[in-house]
Amino acid sequence: MNEQKAELLSELQIDALTELVNIGVSRAAFSLREMVRAQVHLSVPSVQLVDRGRAIEILAQREISNLVAVHQVFEGDITGRALLIFPETKSLELVRAITGGDLPLEDIIELEQEALAETGNILLNSCLATIANMLHRSLKMSLPEVLRGDARTFFSLAPPPLAGDVVMFLYINFAVRERDISGYIAMIMDLPSLTALTHLLDEFIARTTGDLAP
Amino acid sequence: MTYRLLIVDDSKLARMAAAKAMRARYPDWNRVEASNADEALALANDGSFDVALVDFNMPGRDGLQLAADLRARSPSMPLAVVSANHQDEIVARAKAIGAAFLPKPLTEQSLSDFLQGALQQLQSAKP
Repeated sequence: MNEQKAELLSELQIDALTELVNIGVSRAAFSLREMVRAQVHLSVPSVQLVDRGRAIEILAQREISNLVAVHQVFEGDITGRALLIFPETKSLELVRAITGGDLPLEDIIELEQEALAETGNILLNSCLATIANMLHRSLKMSLPEVLRGDARTFFSLAPPPLAGDVVMFLYINFAVRERDISGYIAMIMDLPSLTALTHLLDEFIARTTGDLAP
Repeated sequence: MTYRLLIVDDSKLARMAAAKAMRARYPDWNRVEASNADEALALANDGSFDVALVDFNMPGRDGLQLAADLRARSPSMPLAVVSANHQDEIVARAKAIGAAFLPKPLTEQSLSDFLQGALQQLQSAKP
């Protein structure tokens, strides 16, 4: 955590958040594994609190080509966006893997939008529901929306952010090696939600550690 | 007889959660902690623990690689891999190493079931 916004969360709060994401994404990977019938490899998650400009830079450094994202808004005590992002070239491969690989290309292209939305829906819901349950809160999820563009498109969605707000940018890389599929899950929230999140994390830490909390 | 449990996890919070679950059911046990595979292997060289609990998804070498190393050094030590990633391949690899698989978030019940089995194994191994 060398980012300038890091002081907004304590080291233990960042640790707790990273662990929540790790558990949430691991559950989501189990769902994806069922869908593609091949092992899904996950990276160690990274959580950074950055401004939007920096979040765009981080993603742009990793993936320069055209990207596809499945995007969902979550609302509740904390409000924000969750994105499943991968290179556009991999999206047909993902659909092929999920549909079983027997369909002709034209059918796959026709199915692409719907299959991406549904895959994103399952993965993001699985991840967010796990996190919400562990925080003892419920989150309302919007319908999935498929976006195409680059890091700037995804992190500049309307409504425009208030000046100086903070983006919680967490990413974890997932890969299905047999299928040459890989991508990221990212989450974005603003400063008021981040403040609410710190309280929820404190409660979570107290529940988890009991009398061992410092 | 008190035993020593090694808890390996890159998350401090996860180590604290495991420690809490251990203390609830086995308050007389001691624990040692490591935040990565290298630290855990250094502790293994010192013979610092009797039972190991290893997180799967860690930076550097992952928990299955660490579990395999620990198994090679100590063929009969009770060992568990802990992860929310319960994909068949991960669970199967843990079993192949001879490690239990405990789902995250770790519950008092699942840890205590594992430790109970470990205790029986340790006690029956004594002369």
